[in-house]
Amino acid sequence: MASDLFGVPANQISNASSPETIEAWDSVQHLNLVLALEQKFNLQLSPEEIEQMKSIGDVTQLIEGKLQVTPS
Amino acid sequence: MNDPNSRTSERVTAVQKVFESQGIPPEEKLKPLNQRISTLRGEIDGLINQKSAHKAAVALGELWRTEAGPAAAAFVTSRFERLRDRLPLVPYHVAILRSFTVEPVVPLLRGAAFCLGVDLSVSVGDFNAYSQEILDAESLAYSSAVNAVVLAVQTTDIAPDLWNQFAGMSAGEVEDAIRRVSGSLQHWMRALRKRSQAPFIVHNLEQPLRPNLGVLDSQRETSLAEAIQRINQEVRRCAREIRGMYILDYDALVARRGRLRWHDDRNWLMARLPIAADQFVHLASEWLRFLVPLAGRSAKALVVDLDNTLWGGIVGEEGITGIKLGAEYPGAAYQALQRALLDLTRKGILLAVCSKNNLDDAMEVLEKHPDMLLRPKHFAAMRISWNDKVQGLREIASELNIGIDSLAFLDDNPFEREQVRASLPEVTVIDLPKDPFQYAAAIRDHPVFERLSLSAEDQQRTAFYSQQRERDQAEQNFQSKEDFFRFLEQEAEIAPVSPATLARVAQLTQKTNQFNVTTRRYGEQQIAELAAKPGSQVLSIRVRDRFGDHGLVGVAITCDRDETCEIDGFLLSCRVIGRTVETALLAHLTESAARRGCKQLIGWFLPTKKNAPAREFYRQHGFELAKQNGDGSLWSLDLTQRKIASPEWIKVSMTNGGED
Repeated sequence: MASDLFGVPANQISNASSPETIEAWDSVQHLNLVLALEQKFNLQLSPEEIEQMKSIGDVTQLIEGKLQVTPS
Repeated sequence: MNDPNSRTSERVTAVQKVFESQGIPPEEKLKPLNQRISTLRGEIDGLINQKSAHKAAVALGELWRTEAGPAAAAFVTSRFERLRDRLPLVPYHVAILRSFTVEPVVPLLRGAAFCLGVDLSVSVGDFNAYSQEILDAESLAYSSAVNAVVLAVQTTDIAPDLWNQFAGMSAGEVEDAIRRVSGSLQHWMRALRKRSQAPFIVHNLEQPLRPNLGVLDSQRETSLAEAIQRINQEVRRCAREIRGMYILDYDALVARRGRLRWHDDRNWLMARLPIAADQFVHLASEWLRFLVPLAGRSAKALVVDLDNTLWGGIVGEEGITGIKLGAEYPGAAYQALQRALLDLTRKGILLAVCSKNNLDDAMEVLEKHPDMLLRPKHFAAMRISWNDKVQGLREIASELNIGIDSLAFLDDNPFEREQVRASLPEVTVIDLPKDPFQYAAAIRDHPVFERLSLSAEDQQRTAFYSQQRERDQAEQNFQSKEDFFRFLEQEAEIAPVSPATLARVAQLTQKTNQFNVTTRRYGEQQIAELAAKPGSQVLSIRVRDRFGDHGLVGVAITCDRDETCEIDGFLLSCRVIGRTVETALLAHLTESAARRGCKQLIGWFLPTKKNAPAREFYRQHGFELAKQNGDGSLWSLDLTQRKIASPEWIKVSMTNGGED
């Protein structure tokens, strides 16, 4: 998903990838990422959670955490 | 009726079909939908690498229909960008001026546009800077690359007093606010038109989710709802007075989707994005209902199947009394579709039948079934036989004299749809939902059937084509063309463009592809300016014959410079090609140019993929080749030496004084 949104090949994206390492990851794409995640996993992210998403690793951890708390 | 499971299974079949057409082994089909979508993505990349651009485009369309969302949008867009040079995409550029965040909608807009054959570039104005941008001649709205401008402003931003403090406003303050807001909108519309000829799409103002006074609002002398309605009415009235202004009924869009579901407070407070994520795609679709026809991707004719499309059941098996069609369930769904099709004919879109059927069975229903709303006279062409539909569509396009890319195809049978997609990728294939009750909506929602303005010709088009059929039959009884022409008793009326004909003249320059020497497209505003320019003329020609009125079917635009008259545009609707009307119009040009003292008449022929019918036009009329370059050829006629005679069988008249 991140590869689609940021236009970067999937093999160049790792847990350490962040707005600093991915040029296309700006505030608009950040919002797009939030909306895409919400649609894909059918969940709602709170403003605090959105601010926590500072790297791909953070995002993965956050989503995995949320999916475990509320299994659907 | 529309439970999520049936929708999911529909999606599964949609995806399955793509796999079947690409020979994917059956075990793949059993994987869950998500996995299959990711396989589909791999397949698309495979097709792109194999250079199967059309197949890849079809698969991308399927993927988009299966999961229209932000991630799919980015995928679809990036893949179409790689296919750009190998697909017949129409480039178009829209500037969106806005008072709220629209950026996340843009990728969906571009993805959806690609799937409709439009390579859409989108420039978004600065946040809430729409007013300065309209008034600043240097802003992105006036960039020469921009084809159309959207103004997306919401009530809360342009009328914060009405929106937030209505409860505390006096009647006088409300009146002032109505005047101020509708005045600003009208001012911006006029300001934009002064600086640009681009079509301008203006959102109207939405009603609030909850009026500040609750039910009391409806009891007040001027309610908030009424104040907003009045602003919208004023803006609508103003738009009708200015050319190329179109109102996007944002309030109706929000209402249609459901006001409660449209809004998202979190998006609004965090990102100044008032709209819920699952509604983005609907805003994008609404924009496309304007942008797709403006980009010229509109269907001129819809070819329909009969069994299980216009009626339920198979007439060859169940007979005229067995098929489902009528005002009650289950026939009502088919009547609703027929009503939608009838509405298309009122917008100038032709209908045609292409059905695998016994001709007698089908005609019996078309002519005699009491509940049919569509009759043979509503169809401009019919192919009812057991022949291949791809061939049928080709024949219909040539009979109606329109390009294959102007056809849309409606058929309940997925197999036929896939066949047409594979063999004629330029045809717009309508995806019918499983449930016949949704057929009518599928037609009404499709942007290729949208029209932004209507000319008198549009409304009569179906009648024109049935007269044409009579003409063609008559022609076969004559030995020579000349005898046939004399029999036709054609009358041509040449007139300078007038306010009444402006829309039709502009429309002809935009839509005529075949008999068109320069294929220069003009908007109404540009035509009006050309007509007002000293030394230039914009003429239209109407043609009538013993079978009926063809209406306004041709345009000639000329421009005098010193003693040379240059033909800037010369075009004729396909309805009258080959009836020597072009000679009559050209004869008039030579005669009037000579009368104005011009010594020569020149004109470019600029070849396109479609204008071969006009290629020999100048040569056949005695013009000499003066120049040739990469763009085309320049032809010239010495007016002091040569004259062009108007054909004796056409009675030509000039109206509205002209230059006389």
